[in-house]
Amino acid sequence: MQAVAGAGAPAGLARPGRGARTALPDAVHAEWTKLRTLAGTWWLLAAAVAVTIAAGVAVAGTAAPPSGGVPAGAAADPARLSLAGVTLGQAIVALLAVLAVGGEYGTGMIRVTLAATPRRLTMLTAKAVVVTGGAAAAGTVAVLGSVLAGRLILPGRGLSAANGYAVMSLGNGPDLRAAAGSVLYLVLIALLALGLATAVRDSAVGTGLVLGLLYLFPIAGAVVPDQTLARHLEQAAPMTAGLWIQATAGLRSLPLTPWQGLGVLALWALGALILGAAILRLRDA
Amino acid sequence: MATITPYRSGQRPGPDGFAQLVHAEWTKFRTVRGWILGLIVAVVVAAGFGLLTTGASGTICQRTGSGQPHCRPAPQPSFPLGPGGEPVADSFYFVHQPLTRNGTITARVTSLSGLVPANLDSPSLTLRPGTQEWAKAGIIIKQSLKPGSEYAAMMVAAGHGVRMQWNYTADRPGLPGTIGPANPRWLRLTRAGDVITGYDSADGTHWVKTGAVTLPGLPSTVQAGLFAASPDDNPEVQHLGGGIQGGGGPTRATAVIDQVSGFRGPWAGTYIGAASASGIGAANASGIGRYHQAGGRFTVTGSGDIAPVPAGNGGPAATAATVGGYLLGTFAGLIALAVVATMFMTAEYRRNLIRVTLAASPRRGRALAAKAVVISAVAFVTGLAGAGIAVLAGTAVTHARGTYQFPVTGLTEARLIIATGVLAAVSAVFAIAVGSMVRRSAVAVTIVIVTVVLPYFLSLAAVVPSGAADWLLRITPAAGFAVQAPYPRYPQVSVLYSVVSGYYPLGPWTGLAVLCGWTAVALAGAAVLLRRRDA
Repeated sequence: MQAVAGAGAPAGLARPGRGARTALPDAVHAEWTKLRTLAGTWWLLAAAVAVTIAAGVAVAGTAAPPSGGVPAGAAADPARLSLAGVTLGQAIVALLAVLAVGGEYGTGMIRVTLAATPRRLTMLTAKAVVVTGGAAAAGTVAVLGSVLAGRLILPGRGLSAANGYAVMSLGNGPDLRAAAGSVLYLVLIALLALGLATAVRDSAVGTGLVLGLLYLFPIAGAVVPDQTLARHLEQAAPMTAGLWIQATAGLRSLPLTPWQGLGVLALWALGALILGAAILRLRDA
Repeated sequence: MATITPYRSGQRPGPDGFAQLVHAEWTKFRTVRGWILGLIVAVVVAAGFGLLTTGASGTICQRTGSGQPHCRPAPQPSFPLGPGGEPVADSFYFVHQPLTRNGTITARVTSLSGLVPANLDSPSLTLRPGTQEWAKAGIIIKQSLKPGSEYAAMMVAAGHGVRMQWNYTADRPGLPGTIGPANPRWLRLTRAGDVITGYDSADGTHWVKTGAVTLPGLPSTVQAGLFAASPDDNPEVQHLGGGIQGGGGPTRATAVIDQVSGFRGPWAGTYIGAASASGIGAANASGIGRYHQAGGRFTVTGSGDIAPVPAGNGGPAATAATVGGYLLGTFAGLIALAVVATMFMTAEYRRNLIRVTLAASPRRGRALAAKAVVISAVAFVTGLAGAGIAVLAGTAVTHARGTYQFPVTGLTEARLIIATGVLAAVSAVFAIAVGSMVRRSAVAVTIVIVTVVLPYFLSLAAVVPSGAADWLLRITPAAGFAVQAPYPRYPQVSVLYSVVSGYYPLGPWTGLAVLCGWTAVALAGAAVLLRRRDA
């Protein structure tokens, strides 16, 4: 038998990484590799952009200024109209986030992942980072496209400067807040979905739960006859409150300021992530 | 050379008909604990969500454009019931006299003017000249002076030309056009037994029959005469985000009527239904009503309406609890049901059980059909249970709180509960068809929720402009929700007919047909793909 030249570690075996612990950047890199090598990811990102812009175009194309008697601005908000596609696009962003963790449970990949990254919170943090990046990238493109579409379409629908509606412009403070806030909104939706999917460990149940949570609250707020309760429901609803970040008109009639509204969604996302993290740590995969 | 006989089992082959397939699928379904749990969740959220709509708190708020909501105590509405049992508004100014047995009454309306609220933001009583589109005046034959009694009337409506209306819900158009001194309208009602026939004319000589109606409840002596009414102005809009914006208030109409014939006795003026008029209108309407007679010329001023009361926002019944409201939880239940139904199909692919299923039933279309049968039956029962509990519990809670419930017949309640079961069944079949096509749980669930539930939500919460929302509820599978519409629309009553009040852009059966169409397409697609693709 011939001795291996150089002795020591066989050349074919990889050295252990930087120490026994897996550092967060490595975990993020691993998650990124998993995510980008799935064809579905790119389809979903493209669909999120396309659906958001298409829905925004459809809404802007059917918008009309409120008829006589109603104060301008209360009934039609160019920023909200332009960015209305986010209500639809968020479903796909949520789906992407749910699949990032739910898919692993579905295929059993989660065991490999946890074998490679035994520190479960590191794994979850890495997933959160990757999902945030994906949602932010898709969200930015979608929001910019929606703003552009709104600028092109809304003046033709009677929401022009001549009628007292400013054309949406990112140089304008509230409009910039609405646009950047919408990207943040999509990121927070993705984190909320990630946390819930980690908690329930199943992509179908996770999707139903996230979409139910998003769409249930606003309907409750719309139908509850008790106005005080309805107001509280709106303040607590992740979607309703979160989307107030898009409001640029009638701010005084909102139950919360736009940033407080986004803060409500951030609390939901944080709560979901903590719940997901707790279950991830406490249960066997 | 010995012949080798291949082994044959001595057992007779078991039956492998469709019934066995259905039984197998049912066994698969009922033995998954999570799915049964999902169904229970669906029933609970469907029934529980509707309870949110039962408690009117005693305040009603109007969101004004300028800032904080303006709140005031909500009056508990109560309405007289019309001959068909529906709640009606029956308040108007009536210049009348008894009419015994058969006869013909005729009158000419030469002008219809009025006053409407000047300021929409506050419920102030500042008025400006103008007419509500359904301000009306003309001649009427009425069973008695009691609100809710039978009637037939020929009238001029400010924005809708000549109309013949009877018993609150019926409305037939006559001559079009806005009337004025240069463009008057002659109106005529003829009573022959129980049959009342209406005619109109632009010149007083050429008469055209507008309609005829049999009113079996008419006594031999009825009240007949001239009337004027003008409904509250409710220019409400549902703006983006769901707030209902509006204000308005009572309006009044004044008609000048001459060439009155067919009457013999002395005239009396009565404000009908003052006690039942609701809101701000009540205090003023009775003070507004009056008439003035000079020679053959009558000037009649009135407020109120003779029409059915629509449920929900915009109308006087805005604070009433409705059966439609109790059923709003259906959409929440459908989300849970969509998850279960989709997984019933996609879990087979995840666990590779589909290969066993298809080995046992190589005819793939039959396997899919068996799944569809099982899930539709399960979903129907779930929908029925959810809706039944929602209606019973909602009615009980509303009664316990002493709030007003918009009345519907028991038959309508039964129809709504069964319709909810059908809606759930068809949606579930749609879900397994989508699940079979895309094979991935999360994607399938998203598709089902986005197409079935989301358009309804966008419309209900007024996220998109109402025009776009109406189209979504016409062409997407969400059109099926229309089957839950509890009340008819009345074109002769202008209020905001919104989804949140239970009014859909399509009729109940048309809406269900749209959902069934989508389901048939999805099922056909699923069947084709199931046959073409390897499992």
